[in-house]
Order: sequence, then structure tokens, then C-alpha cells
Amino acid sequence: MPAQMTSTAMPTAEQHGFRPHSDGAFVPVQTRSERFRSVNVEDFAPVTGREHEWKLSPVAAFADLTSGVLDGSRVEIETTVRHAQDGADATGVDVSWIGRDDARVGRTGIPEERASANAWSTFGEALLITVTGEDEKTAAVTRHGLGDAPRAAHTVIEAAPNSRGLIVLRGTGEARLSENVEIVVGEGASLTVVSLQEWSDDAVHLASHFARLGRDSFLKHIVVSLGGKVVRVNPSTHLAEQGSDVEALGLYFADAGQHLEQQVFVHHDAPHTRSRVTYKGALQGAGARTVWVGDVLIGNAAVGTDSYEQNRNLVLTDGTRADSVPNLEIETGDIEGAGHASATGRFDDEQLFYLMARGIREDEARRLVVRGFLTEVVQKIGSPDLEKRLIAAIEAELEGR
Amino acid sequence: MSVLEIKNLHVNVETDQGTREILRGVDLVVNEGEIHAIMGPNGSGKSTLAYTIAGHPKYHVVQGEILLDGENVLKMTVDARARAGLFLAMQYPVEIPGVTVTNFLRTAKTAIDGEAPAIRGWVKDVRESMSNLKMDSAFAERNVNEGFSGGEKKRNEILQLELLKPRFAVLDETDSGLDVDALRIVSEGVNRAKANTGLGILLITHYTRILRYITPDFVHVFVGGRIAEQGGRELADRLEEEGYDRFQVAEAAAE
Ligand SMILES: Nc1ncnc2c1ncn2[C@@H]1O[C@H](COP(=O)(O)OP(=O)(O)OP(=O)(O)O)[C@@H](O)[C@H]1O
Ligand SMILES: [Mg+2]
Repeated sequence: MPAQMTSTAMPTAEQHGFRPHSDGAFVPVQTRSERFRSVNVEDFAPVTGREHEWKLSPVAAFADLTSGVLDGSRVEIETTVRHAQDGADATGVDVSWIGRDDARVGRTGIPEERASANAWSTFGEALLITVTGEDEKTAAVTRHGLGDAPRAAHTVIEAAPNSRGLIVLRGTGEARLSENVEIVVGEGASLTVVSLQEWSDDAVHLASHFARLGRDSFLKHIVVSLGGKVVRVNPSTHLAEQGSDVEALGLYFADAGQHLEQQVFVHHDAPHTRSRVTYKGALQGAGARTVWVGDVLIGNAAVGTDSYEQNRNLVLTDGTRADSVPNLEIETGDIEGAGHASATGRFDDEQLFYLMARGIREDEARRLVVRGFLTEVVQKIGSPDLEKRLIAAIEAELEGR
Repeated sequence: MSVLEIKNLHVNVETDQGTREILRGVDLVVNEGEIHAIMGPNGSGKSTLAYTIAGHPKYHVVQGEILLDGENVLKMTVDARARAGLFLAMQYPVEIPGVTVTNFLRTAKTAIDGEAPAIRGWVKDVRESMSNLKMDSAFAERNVNEGFSGGEKKRNEILQLELLKPRFAVLDETDSGLDVDALRIVSEGVNRAKANTGLGILLITHYTRILRYITPDFVHVFVGGRIAEQGGRELADRLEEEGYDRFQVAEAAAE
């Protein structure tokens, strides 16, 4: 596979902001699409932690994943497929392994950093998950206990034209994993992908998701990070065809000593595309750390774009740090709307007072408010079972204080 | 017989400009079943009194007492005060994103009663109270006060008053921002709550129009952080005609 070398210059954080143009429009110094990209790990210099894509990450905690030798053999998975309505066994989601040279690999994107390229260079076979048929079904693919040796994985999720389905890619137990997940959404398809990180306390998980959306297709992409020492899931969505639409949701809860990161990129690259990015996180305990970077690029071809991204963080205790960095690059003036919002705040004492003034004890009132804050995202998942499970998981996080 | 006593209450608030004295010696006794109207100009400290009774952390009591049946209310946490039977219908009710009215009401009722309400009776009570207050049943599934209009928020406060059944309620400008129909509906809700439980009410208002529906036993004129005069219903009418000038002049002279 050819490396795509458009530029070797690494932009700094400052360069990623805006600079007012003389005619009043905002023109970014370097666009996100010009970042260096390659599937070959050797094309990237060793990671120092000063690179723009690593500067907010604890790179020393996973040097094995960015520069070590990875085990690229199959990871063990467990799959269930059910009808969305009645929970009965269903068909329409098939899971198989394909070779790394298979034509279905490499259709969506190319690594932009070294951990991703390292995984791409070393995976043996790719897990292929195909979704067909117009009935709503849910498939849960669980990776459990991947051990403490560094591994690589590659997954291709493909929704056939006009198909519908919800795929949960879940991780539990131990892991030191770098992986790439490709998501191909066919014309007119409606796909939900949930990446659910419930790893054990010492796990490290670095993931890059590359989604390519076909004409008039819809992707709901949800990143839920609850467990793991370092979890970094970076989803990129290429709105490549007219009328494609992504709803990117994220939910994270960082405890003491946890680093949870997500760098979200949406590339509007065709007329009348739409994106909504909503990430919400809570931080609790000394050293709880979260990072959200949201890049939206509205390309030349993307007339009529409708885009909005937001990140909100709720700080529950002292000693935490949340970074929240929205970036918007617009190359065409002919758009419908583009906006972003980012806020990191303490608990709202007025909300607490209101609930307590109705007799509700302080700890329960806090639980209600945090749960309410995160529930806004949970409510959008569209799978009652999963929603219930996640609310229970959030409660457990809250009680772990 | 329950009684709420406020004795020589002095309250400060910390502002960016330093400490400000707001309440300057309030004395008030509200017996079970009594309705006390409090009227006074903007900024005179009416909401401060209401919040202080409820225990808002921003307000610091520097002197005086609040007693509920002889118990020291000032020692109680905000939630304990509510469980002891105090209720504040707020001038500006707070929005709670992601928490539905149903969930909120059930949680509050459980906290106040010390046990979860029997499910069937409770659902019926909620539905009935909502329909009495002409609240669409869709409100039950909406998040608390989120996107509610001013009038809808006030109805939601009275809904809680009816369902939580406190012994004493402070209604802080519950009538403000209500149209005539809503004013009547909300007033009926308050009267119903009083008829059902015999609660005592501290009704803070700027207008006599609500007093046509809720008849006060006493009217207090609140000026400069204390009660300047008290009387019966007729005092309210006089205030409406004359305004507060008379008291403010006296207040200034006393300074
Ligand atoms: N948290 C606060 N910080 C600073 N000043 C405050 C605070 N709360 C109240 N005040 C001040 O105290 C005074 C009394 O306010 P309060 O809200 O009690 O008046 P009010 O009588 O309820 O007025 P209104 O009729 O307008 O509702 C006002 O001057 C107000 O600005
Ligand atoms: Mg007021």
C-alpha cells in the first residue's frame, strides 16, 4: 500500500487555530487533511511526546505500542447477534477473518501516527464484520483478556448498501493493544458502532477508527471509555459522499490515575453532509485526566455543510485535568452552519441545592446530577439494553469514589 | 400544633465587593394553617429570607434563630430541613439536565417519607396533581425545568408542594410571570395543599392579585432587610395604592 505523503511538517497547536484572513473569513494555517500519513511504522520518527498528536498523552506509559514489536495474531472474540426488537437470535451480521492483503482492507483511511502505523504494519489478519439486511439487529463483539504483551489488531466493519445494524465492539480484562478499526458505510445504510472500553485497571488501549460514509448514509459512532489505565480512541469520519451524516458521541468517566483521550476528526468532503459531535466526560479523583480534541474540516467540495461539535466536562473533585480543544477549518464559504462549544466546569451548586431542598441527600443528589449530565449522551445510543447497562456502569463509577 | 419561628435574624452574603448585610433583624412566627404574605420593594431581602430558611450555602446567618417546633433549623443541612417539613418554591427554579420529572419526584418523595411510595397510588397521585395543575402528562418525561416556560416552572414547584406535603412552605414570587388563568390554577393548587395538610404558608409577592385567590391572615411589609409593619389583608390594599415610599422614608430616617 502506498504511503500518502502530502507533507512532513508537523503543525503545532498554535498553527492549528485560526488566523483572521483579510476578508474576514478564517483560514487555517495548515489543514488537517495535509497531515503526514502512512501505513508503515518506519515512516514515522520515534515518539518523543512533543508531537502535536501525542503532546497531551502519557507516551512513556505505552512506548511498547508505539515502537515495540507487536503480536499481530488473532485476538480471541466472542460474538452475539440479536434482533433489536425481541432479543431473539438474528442473522445479518457475519464475522470472519480475512488476510491483510485482502482488498477489503485499507479503504477508509491511513494512520496519522506511529501507534496506529505500528498496528497496521504488524497485524496478521483482519476481523471482518459485515452487516446486511434492512432489519434492525445488534451484534456484540467482545475481546476479553488480551494479556499483558503488546498486541496489534485490525477490524473492518462494513455495512452493505441500505443495511441497518448496531455493532458493539467491547473490550474487557487485561490489554496492551494498538488497533485500527475501519468502518465502511454503504450507500443509504444506517449503522451504529459503539466502541466500549471496560478494560481492567492496568490496561492500555490505543485505537484509531477510520469511517468512510457513502451517499445518504448515516453513521452513529459512540465511544464509551470507562475502564483502563490509558485509553485513547481517535475516530475519524470521512463524509465522502453527498448527503452523508454522522452523529459522533462520546462518554467517558476518568477515575484517579486514569488517562482517557479522544481525538475526533470529521472531514466534510461532499455536498450537503452533516455532522454532530457530542462528547461528555466526568473526572473524579487525583490524577484523573481526560483529553478531547475535536477537529472539523469543511472542504472545498462540502457546500451546504451542517456541522456542530461540542465537548463538556464535569469536574467532580480536585486534582483532575481535562483538556478540551475544538478546531474548525472551513475551506468553503457556502455552508449551512458550523459551530463548536467546549466547557469544563465544576459541579453546579445550584442544582445540588435544588435537589437537596427537596429532601434528597447530598450523595444521592450528586449522583443524580452526574448521571443526568452523562445521560444526555446515553439517551442517544438507541439501544435500551445498552443504555441500561451503561447507566449501571456509570453508577458503579460514581460509587467507586 | 406546628410552628415556625424566626427570631432576630441577621444574614450576610459574601460578594466580590466584600460582606454585605442583607437581613437586619427579622422576627416572624408562622403557625400551622396560617398564611402570611410578605410584600416589599425589590432588593429588600425577601428572597434572602426564603433561601436562608431553606439553608442555601451562600447566605450566612450572623445572629438570630430559626426554630421549627423548637428545633434549631440552622443546625440542619438543606436536605434535613426539607425532610423536617420545610419547602421552598423558588423564584427561579433550577434546570436539571438529564433528570426526568418522574425520576426527580419519586426520588424526592422517597427521601422525604424515608421509604419508596407504593407504586400504584403514587403514579395516580402524580397524574392527578398534574392534571389539576393543567400540566400536560408529557412533562413527566421531560427533564426537570429544562426548557420549561416561566409559568410551567412555577406549576412544577406547586406540583412538588402538593406531592411532598410539607408542614411549612415559602412561596417566593410564585405568582410572578403567570397569566390570569395560570395564576388561578396555581393558587388553587396552593389552597388544595393547605386544605389537605393544613400547612403554614409564607407567601412572598409584589402583587395583591394573588391575594384575591389566597387569602392571607397576616400581611408583612418588608423593607431594608426587616419587617417594617404588619397588619391584615387591608394592609396589602393600602400598599398597592400608596407604594412603599412611606416605609422607605422612615427607614432612611432611622439609619
Ligand atoms: N448572592 C448574592 N450576591 C450578592 N448580592 C446578593 C446576593 N443575594 C442577594 N444579594 C443582594 O441582596 C439584596 C436582597 O436581595 P433579595 O434577592 O433577597 O431581594 P428581594 O427582596 O427578593 O428582591 P426581588 O423583589 O427583586 O426579588 C439585593 O440587593 C441583592 O442584590
Ligand atoms: Mg426575590
